[in-house]
Amino acid sequence: MSKMHVKLNLNGEEVEGLAEPRTLLIHFLRENLKVTGPHIGCETSHCGACTVDIDGKSVKSCTVFVGQVNGKDVTTVEGLVNDDGSLGIIQEMFREHHGLQCGFCTPGMITRAHRLLQENPNPTEKDIRFGMAGNLCRCTGYQNIVKAIAASADMMNAQKEAAE
Amino acid sequence: MKDEVPTTEERVANLKGMGSSRKRVEDVRFTQGRGNYVDDIKLDGMLFGDFVRSPYAHARVTTIHTEEAMKVPGVLAVITAADLEPLGLHWMPTLAGDKQMVLADGKVLFQGQEVAFVVATDRYAAADGVEAVEVDYEELPVVVDPFKAMEPDAPVLREDLEGQTEGAHGPRRHHNHIFTWEQGDKDATEAVMAEADVVAEEMIYYHRTHPSPLETCGSVASMDKVTGKLTLWGTFQAPHAIRTVVSLISGIAEHNIRVISPDIGGGFGNKVGAYAGYVCSVVASIVTGKPVKWVEDRMENLMSTAFARDYWMQGKIAATKEGKITGLWCHTTADHGGFDACADPTKFPAGFMNICTGSYDIPTAYLAVDGVYTNKAPGGVAYRCSFRVTEAAYFIERMIEVLAIKLNMDAAELRRINFIKKEQFPYNSALGWEYDSGDYHTAWDKALNAVGYDDLRAEQAQQLEDFKAGKTRRLMGIGLTHFTEIVGAGPVKNCDILGLGMFDSCEIRIHPTGSAIARLGTISQGQGHATTFAQIIASEIGIPADDITLEEGDTDTAPYGLGTYGSRSTPVAGAATAMAGRKIKAKAQMIAAYLLEVHDDDVEFDVDRFVVKGAPERFKTMKEIAFAAYNQAIPGVEPGLEAVSYYDPPNMTYPFGAYICVLDIDVDTGEAEVRKFYALDDCGTRINPMIIEGQVHGGLTEALAIAMGQEIAYDEMGNNKSATLMDFFIPTSWETPNYETDHTTTPSPHHPIGAKGVGESPNVGGVPCFSNAVHDAFRPFGLTQSHMPHDHWRIWKTANGLGLHS
Repeated sequence: MSKMHVKLNLNGEEVEGLAEPRTLLIHFLRENLKVTGPHIGCETSHCGACTVDIDGKSVKSCTVFVGQVNGKDVTTVEGLVNDDGSLGIIQEMFREHHGLQCGFCTPGMITRAHRLLQENPNPTEKDIRFGMAGNLCRCTGYQNIVKAIAASADMMNAQKEAAE
Repeated sequence: MKDEVPTTEERVANLKGMGSSRKRVEDVRFTQGRGNYVDDIKLDGMLFGDFVRSPYAHARVTTIHTEEAMKVPGVLAVITAADLEPLGLHWMPTLAGDKQMVLADGKVLFQGQEVAFVVATDRYAAADGVEAVEVDYEELPVVVDPFKAMEPDAPVLREDLEGQTEGAHGPRRHHNHIFTWEQGDKDATEAVMAEADVVAEEMIYYHRTHPSPLETCGSVASMDKVTGKLTLWGTFQAPHAIRTVVSLISGIAEHNIRVISPDIGGGFGNKVGAYAGYVCSVVASIVTGKPVKWVEDRMENLMSTAFARDYWMQGKIAATKEGKITGLWCHTTADHGGFDACADPTKFPAGFMNICTGSYDIPTAYLAVDGVYTNKAPGGVAYRCSFRVTEAAYFIERMIEVLAIKLNMDAAELRRINFIKKEQFPYNSALGWEYDSGDYHTAWDKALNAVGYDDLRAEQAQQLEDFKAGKTRRLMGIGLTHFTEIVGAGPVKNCDILGLGMFDSCEIRIHPTGSAIARLGTISQGQGHATTFAQIIASEIGIPADDITLEEGDTDTAPYGLGTYGSRSTPVAGAATAMAGRKIKAKAQMIAAYLLEVHDDDVEFDVDRFVVKGAPERFKTMKEIAFAAYNQAIPGVEPGLEAVSYYDPPNMTYPFGAYICVLDIDVDTGEAEVRKFYALDDCGTRINPMIIEGQVHGGLTEALAIAMGQEIAYDEMGNNKSATLMDFFIPTSWETPNYETDHTTTPSPHHPIGAKGVGESPNVGGVPCFSNAVHDAFRPFGLTQSHMPHDHWRIWKTANGLGLHS
């Protein structure tokens, strides 16, 4: 099958590659670009392990063809670390509150939480539970994930306040 | 001025040893997407394999047409049973003493069975190849009901076993029969039943479900034809056992096989067994000379690898009028699917189902289990449980409730008067186990007090009155469970898998500068071994946990062990870790005494150092001792500081817990909302409370799933009706409640650090607790038993059947 040329902005860097038009974004990221943070848990858009951020929206990258992201901004969990290589706030709070165990859902969870907190910087527990319901976790029972996201919101807001 | 000499407390805190909620070292990688799971492995020239699977549950495979598939661009090979037969690899042994087809050998026995393996340059080409393979099937009559499978004229499923009257676990009495396993005293139990004041009888069904970790199973095989060495990465909960099995079935010498379990995205029992994909990736790598990856998709995972449960448990429980239990009888029909692919210790074909007397002092008991073949996926794995302990706990905790109804007694009180008493430990159960330690009454009272049990019952009674008066359509259910687990398999004298004794191991090397590396025979799948095992070492030998690297899963470097499942890592490998630490400590003591110029007996260990008895200002820290081990010629002491321990546990451990659930049921919609869940766990000595709590949250959520909606369901044709995450229920954050955790601490008397294991407790105790809550809501209307999963439809049906909609 002939291949198409794909160019996108991934975690702040221009990247490009050749892929069959039927290639799903998750496979392009993982196989072609070797960005293996987003994982494959179902390939049917149920589990959310492949969640990435496309132009400011959470998207399950197993549901989009690579051609659909041509020219777009894509952020994965790898792009959420601080510039100095240290963990970003959400990543740090997941660690602090034991919001992960096997780590397989974690990249999708954190990427989704990142967008959720952009959309709603002051979420209630219900908001978090509703906003994260597209991402499955088999290990944690979500309790500590919810805690980690609430703590991230507090910390981000405190940082914002301090900066103002 | 601040005193610069750290206090004992500061030195203890600095170690981050046992009892500390140390943050996990794994998380730095995982939170930034730098884990290394099987599907992340990419090797030069790597190919991808994918299966052609049977759409039928029972059929003859007459012809497999591969020509068109071979024309698909990128497809390099299509492997069938005919190709595997000359290598003797068309069948493989299961861990349960049975054998299983790797690729369909003349027939298929379940929907989704592997028929051919297509090898291609990438996963898209492999999928194209799978589409292009045409298989001719002749349909055969399908049996999905284990009771029908045992009827005299039932179709013969396993033609390969026809005429064989002796199986791996004794006589077979029917062509679809696998084994009968009996424990306890049948005659005495039947006599007790005949004479008892009260006998409650019920069929308790624990439905078929699936561990379904978020990462599916997969492997990458790389045969290096130059060195003759096979490297096999895979989702293996028991990498060393897999190496031995691969060697035995492939004929490749074991030293030429390196098995690596990299990061594993959850296991829950799914990744204990040996699967066709592993074998085919190895064969394909040998055939093509290139690395071959196989990763199943979710549908394949739910259809083919590792179902759990599917136990039909007919029970009778006898008691006096006052409620003292006098006997327990159980006959179980175990549906194993097309092949018996359980992962139980050899001598236990029904696992530890004989822990079904639970937390109760039951003087007389009898258990029989009949294993049966059907046209369903093979397995019977321990899904977050120690070999059928979940089935046993569900059975006894339901039977207690059924008995309470019969006696018209409160189920909490019925439990209390039958608990094994603290002073009875070690306790010998009627079905052959020696419970190591327990204090059930204390745990039970703590739990009842914590939830305000009497007030809850009063509220429930009021709500019932309101319901009857038409003021509400909601009913309140209070679910109780007191479970006793049996984990930490196990003593080599009675526990083995494929002849491999179920010991486990730890090797510790102290570096000259006083940091260390430890390697274990287990493998973490999210339990946080790299964090917790370092804590054990820190407390045992006084080196900070942060200075200890922990490695598992590479058979070329780690000592041999049986792996991680059945909550065995802490009870067995954790014990090995402590024992290896003690060997190091013993040598360190000699070195310290030499350095301090005193007799060995004149120094004693103090947190992170050896001190001269009575003169604590004279000491050598472990850091100093480590360096001395490498730079001093000490008479009578070899250089270096390392140790290995292979630990054969003297007994199992018996964690227990008291769980209470309160839920509200909408009688008209069948919805059940968990209002409260209180979980008290006693896992003996607690290594990392944060991780224990996390395990409990996760296990309870898996229990919620199983009890309230998750099942692997088949229709009469043997079609799997639940093979996607659309149909197979995994709770999201939205339907998962918050849990309250609590604990008591009753150390195991035979474990070096008193730890018992906890990972599976919440699943074992959680399922009966949720289920009992549903039953309890309907108890006033005459419900004694309704089968799980209690999804909205089934709860609505129960309400309807009890006349609550009229």
